[in-house]
Amino acid sequence: MSKRRVVVTGLGTINPLGNNVEDTWENLVNGVSGIDSITSFDTSNLPVTFAGEVKNFDANEYMGKQHARKLDRSGHLSIYATEEALKDARLDNQERLGPNVGIVFGTGIGGIGATEDAVRTFDERGPSRVNPLAITQLMPNSSTGQVAIKFGIEGPSVTITTACAASANAVGEAKNMIENGIVDIVVTGGTESGTTPMTIAAFAQIRALSTQNDNPKEACKPFDKNRDGFVMGEGSTVLILESEESAKSRDAEIYAYIDGYGSTTDAYHITAPAEGGAGAVKAMEKAIEDAGITPSDIDYINAHGTSTPANDKNETEAIKTVLGEEASEVVISSTKSMTGHLLGGGGAFESMASILSIKHSKVPPTINLNDPDEECDLNYTPNNAVDLSIKTAMSNSFGFGGHNAVLVFKKS
Amino acid sequence: MEVNEVFEKVKNLFVEELGIDAEKVTMEAKLEEDLEIDSLGIVEVVMAFEDEFGIEIDDEELTDVGTVSQAVNLLHSKL
Repeated sequence: MSKRRVVVTGLGTINPLGNNVEDTWENLVNGVSGIDSITSFDTSNLPVTFAGEVKNFDANEYMGKQHARKLDRSGHLSIYATEEALKDARLDNQERLGPNVGIVFGTGIGGIGATEDAVRTFDERGPSRVNPLAITQLMPNSSTGQVAIKFGIEGPSVTITTACAASANAVGEAKNMIENGIVDIVVTGGTESGTTPMTIAAFAQIRALSTQNDNPKEACKPFDKNRDGFVMGEGSTVLILESEESAKSRDAEIYAYIDGYGSTTDAYHITAPAEGGAGAVKAMEKAIEDAGITPSDIDYINAHGTSTPANDKNETEAIKTVLGEEASEVVISSTKSMTGHLLGGGGAFESMASILSIKHSKVPPTINLNDPDEECDLNYTPNNAVDLSIKTAMSNSFGFGGHNAVLVFKKS
Repeated sequence: MEVNEVFEKVKNLFVEELGIDAEKVTMEAKLEEDLEIDSLGIVEVVMAFEDEFGIEIDDEELTDVGTVSQAVNLLHSKL
């Protein structure tokens, strides 16, 4: 059986830049930072006091207190973004989506906030006072299950936890599911709401986080000489993937084709990228091959671009290896400079950013890139968006564990 | 404590702690069907009752509790 072509017919998001696709895009192209001092908990004893938080969202107001209190915040954000995406795809008119719809969701650390709360209660009040909902809130597949229940998704459900590559892997595996004829529609994407005192402390212990507490909005500076680590972010982004045939038969608006997916593993070190980004190179090559294009066809790369010294240097090297002489021509940017690192929700967000870049013929900038690192010498679209007609965009995501996931989107 | 006082405390717990709509909480209301308190939720309810009334409730005592009035009567008998 020949593979079916897969299209994107819906987008939904809630993230540090906005609680819908339109606001998010506007802020992305205007170079607005969604990063600020943390407001959701006391940071006075922490080495890092800022992050990209979702703003102006009250779960009790959105879904009612009785329902909201059963879910971790990552579940709230997942349901919200899914509802937006289904509306956008005009699939919100049915009571249950049924057995021809699957769900593939990514998350890095699931309901880590619920884990911390439960352990705290256990220590302070003993085992008989631990929240009976703790397990169903903290399990990494909690969002997947809750979204499936809410919208009646009865096809296959998969939760992917490949750290910061999780939702890129999710989108890729969803593509495979449709290509192979398993279902016609997949609700995919990912969520992370893991900014907690413990995770901040632990990421800071491995020197992964920027410590520019005095200047949160300018702390995340991918590819800049003075970059000093990533910035935690939270959010959920959901894409509706669909077979081209299914989308056309119901006259759905098509954002873009998703034509390429490459997934590899460094098998090298649990946090450090392989020398020269070897695993990333193979993932990009596989995605390009899968899309049936050549490296020179790529107009825009939404980089992983975390703002850590190691990632940005190795990713630059990897892009040069894959694109050869074309590397100096290709337009690259890191939207993490504005959102912070959405961890398991990053790949889905950046898929959305790539798709919207194609749609609007505009590349969002890498903000805070003022003093380029000589080892990062490509065109990262510093500080201002650029107009660019994009036929093909590639999105890179790499995760702790050595996971690499690359997606290729094409103009429809 | 009078039965109606126990009911008021139970109602208050349901509304304030569990976020259930106040008008739904009547003596006749069924915990699962009317108040959407499922098998996971009932454990929370028991914890809230134990903390509020300073009592202990065994799982076996809950076997026959399906409505607000049955819960109120159980609590009243233990006070």
